[in-house]
Amino acid sequence: MLLDVRDLRVSVEDKEILQGLSLAVNTGEVHAIMGPNGSGKSTLARALAGHPAYAVTAGTATYDGKDLLAMSPEDRAREGLFMAFQYPVEIPGINNAYFLKAALNAVRKHRGQEELDAVEFMALVKEKAKLLDIDREMLGRSVNEGFSGGEKKRNEIFQMAVLEPRLALLDETDSGLDIDALKIVANGVNALRRPDRAIVVVTHYQRLLNYIVPDFVHVLSQGRIVRSGGKELAHELEAKGYGWIDAELAGAKA
Amino acid sequence: MSTSTETIEQLASREYKYGFETKLETDTFPPGLDEQVVRMLSAIKEEPEWLLEFRLKSFRAWLQMKEPAWHNLKIQPIDYQAASYYSAPKKKPELKSMDEVDPEVRRTFERLGIPLEEQKLLSGVAVDAVFDSVSVATTFRAKLLELGIIFCSFSEAVKHHPELVKKHLGSVVPYTDNFYATLNSAVFSDGSFVYVPKGVRCPMELSTYFRINAKNTGQFERTLIVADEGSYVSYLEGCTAPMRDEHQLHAAVVELVALDHATIKYSTIQNWYPGDAQGKGGIYNFVTKRGRADKHSKITWTQVETGSAITWKYPSCILQGDYSVGEFYSVATTNNWQQADTGTKMIHLGKHSRSTIVSKGISAGHGQNTYRGAVKIARNAAGARNYSQCDSLLIGDKCGAHTFPYLEIKNSTARVEHEASTSKIGEDQIFYCRQRGLSSEDAVNMIVSGFCKEVFRELPMEFAVEAQKLLSISLEGSVG
Repeated sequence: MLLDVRDLRVSVEDKEILQGLSLAVNTGEVHAIMGPNGSGKSTLARALAGHPAYAVTAGTATYDGKDLLAMSPEDRAREGLFMAFQYPVEIPGINNAYFLKAALNAVRKHRGQEELDAVEFMALVKEKAKLLDIDREMLGRSVNEGFSGGEKKRNEIFQMAVLEPRLALLDETDSGLDIDALKIVANGVNALRRPDRAIVVVTHYQRLLNYIVPDFVHVLSQGRIVRSGGKELAHELEAKGYGWIDAELAGAKA
Repeated sequence: MSTSTETIEQLASREYKYGFETKLETDTFPPGLDEQVVRMLSAIKEEPEWLLEFRLKSFRAWLQMKEPAWHNLKIQPIDYQAASYYSAPKKKPELKSMDEVDPEVRRTFERLGIPLEEQKLLSGVAVDAVFDSVSVATTFRAKLLELGIIFCSFSEAVKHHPELVKKHLGSVVPYTDNFYATLNSAVFSDGSFVYVPKGVRCPMELSTYFRINAKNTGQFERTLIVADEGSYVSYLEGCTAPMRDEHQLHAAVVELVALDHATIKYSTIQNWYPGDAQGKGGIYNFVTKRGRADKHSKITWTQVETGSAITWKYPSCILQGDYSVGEFYSVATTNNWQQADTGTKMIHLGKHSRSTIVSKGISAGHGQNTYRGAVKIARNAAGARNYSQCDSLLIGDKCGAHTFPYLEIKNSTARVEHEASTSKIGEDQIFYCRQRGLSSEDAVNMIVSGFCKEVFRELPMEFAVEAQKLLSISLEGSVG
C-alpha cells in the first residue's frame, strides 16, 4: 500500500475539519475525492502535503511504510509526494524553468541521483512541455506571474510531469478551467498514469472524472468519507446531487 | 612585533609609503576632537596648507552643526569626544591562527568562498609574506598607468596630483553639506582617488585592488572619482566579508564628477558588522555620496546594503548637464535589530535629464527599513524625466517598511512616475516551494533573489553572485 490514512483529524485555526478520515491508496490506482464545499477535500490534500496551517490532531498517515506526518513538507515532496495546488502561488522575478530545475535537483539529490545541469534539464523539459502545451515563452516567465487560470493549472501538471512523483494529489485542478483547458490538463494527467504511481483527484464536480476516469470514488461529508465506490458513484452523485448522500445519512441516523 | 606581522603591516600600508609609514605603527591620538587634533592629523599626513585650511573650516562649521533628526532611525547618542581621530592603520587584535577567529565569521567566510589567505588578512590573522593579490594589484596598476588612469589612495593623490584633488574636493559635497559630511571633511583619514583621462575607457573594474587597500582607510573614508570627458569607469566598493570593526561610527564621503559624455558606475556592497541577534553592537554607517553629471554624462549608483546596525545613506546625482542621466539601484536588507534609512536624491537641473530609481527594501526580524528619496526638477529642466520604483518585502510580522518619496517639480514639461509596493513573503509562497522539494531557507533565498533581480542585474557578474550569497547569509534564520 502506498498511502494508508487512518482516523485522521485535522484542524485549521482550531476548527476541526477532518473528523476521523481513513483512506487507503495502492500504486497504480486513481482515486477521486468528492464532496460539497466545506466537506474537507482540500484539507485532506493540504494536510497530507504538510501545510503548516493544517494541524493534525489525531490519526496516522503512512506513506510507503513511513510515517508521513513526521516528515517536513520538503521531505514529503522529495519522497515523491506531489500536490497540484488549487491556487498556485506567484514568485516574481524567478524564472519558471529555473524554479523547476531547482525543485527537480532537490528531489534528485534526495534520491542520490546526479543533479542535472541547464542543458540536460532543458532536454528533459522539452518533451514534457509538449505534453501540456507549454511553450518556451511560458518557461521563461516568472513562476505563475501573470498566468491565466488555465496556464497555472497546466503549469502544475507540467511540474508533476517533470518531478515524476509516486503519489500525486490534485487539489481542485479543474476549478476555473474552461473545457479546452480541462482537456489539456486531463490528457496530461492521463499520460502520467502508471502502475507505480497513484493519483488522488480532489474535485467538487463530476465533470473532470469524464476525462480522468478514477478507479475509486470517495464521498466526503463533514470531515469523513461517508461512501466509497467505483466510478459509477460519481455518476450517481451527478444525477442526485450531494443532498442525496446527506439525506441518506440523516435517515440512517434517525 | 613578529616578523610576519611586520610584513603584513608593510603590505597593508603600501599605499602610504610617501607619507608616514615609519611612524604610523605607534601613532594613535588620544580620544577627543578639537582644532589641535585636526592640525596634528594634517601635519602627520604632511598635507599642504590648502588641505589643512579645508579641514579647519570644515571643523569650525561642524562645531556649529547638529546631528540631523529627520531620519526614521533610533540612534543611541554618539560621543564624538570619546573617539580617537587618528590611528592608521587600525590595529586589530592580532590573532595567531584562524582558530581564534569568531566561528560565526569563519562560517561566513567559508560560505562566501573567500580564499584562506584573504580570510586571514580580513580577520587580522598573521599572514605569510607572500600574498598574491599584492602583485596582482601592482600589475593592474601598471596597466592603468599606461592609459593615464590614476588609481591610488586619497593621501597619495594629495601628494602627487594636488591640482586634481584641490579642484574637485568638496565640489560635489560641500564642506558645509551635513553634520556627518562636514565631520568627515575635517577629519577624513584616507580613501581612494580615481582619475580617468579624456576618452579613456577603463578596461577593468576597479575593485580587487581596493579590497586590499580598503583595510586601512579608517572610519572616515574619503573617495573622489573624476571621469574626464567621454571616459568610462566602473568602480566597485566593498568588502564581502563581515568586518568586525572597533569603531562604531563610520562617516564616509564619496564624490563623483562625470564630465561631458563620461560614465561612472559606482557599485557598493556594504556588509559591515550589523550587531548581534539581540541588537548589541554594530556599525553606525552615515555616508554622503553624491555625483555631478555634466552634459550627456551618466552616473549609476548600485548598492547592496546588508550590514551595519544603522545605515544612513542617500547616493545622489546632480544632473547638471543637459541630457545627463542618473540611476540608483538599491537593495537594502535589515534583519534582527538593524535599521536602514536610505534612498537617493535626483536633482534635475539640465534639460532632458533623466533619472531612474529602483529601490528594494527587505525587512526581517525586528528590522526597520526606510526608503527616502527626493526627485527635484528645476525650473529650467525642460523635458526632464524620472521613473521611481520602490518595493518593500517583509519577512515575519515584527519588522517594518516605510517609504518617503519627496517630489519637487518646477517645470511643467517634466514627467515623473512613482510606483511603490509592499509585499510579504507569505506562508503560502514558502509552502509552495517546500512542496516542490526546496528547504524553507532555499525558498526564502529564491523569493528574495527574485525580488532583487532588477538591482542584481546592474552589478558586475562576479559581484552579483557574491551579493546574492551575502543576502542569503544576512537573512539566515529570518524564517522559523
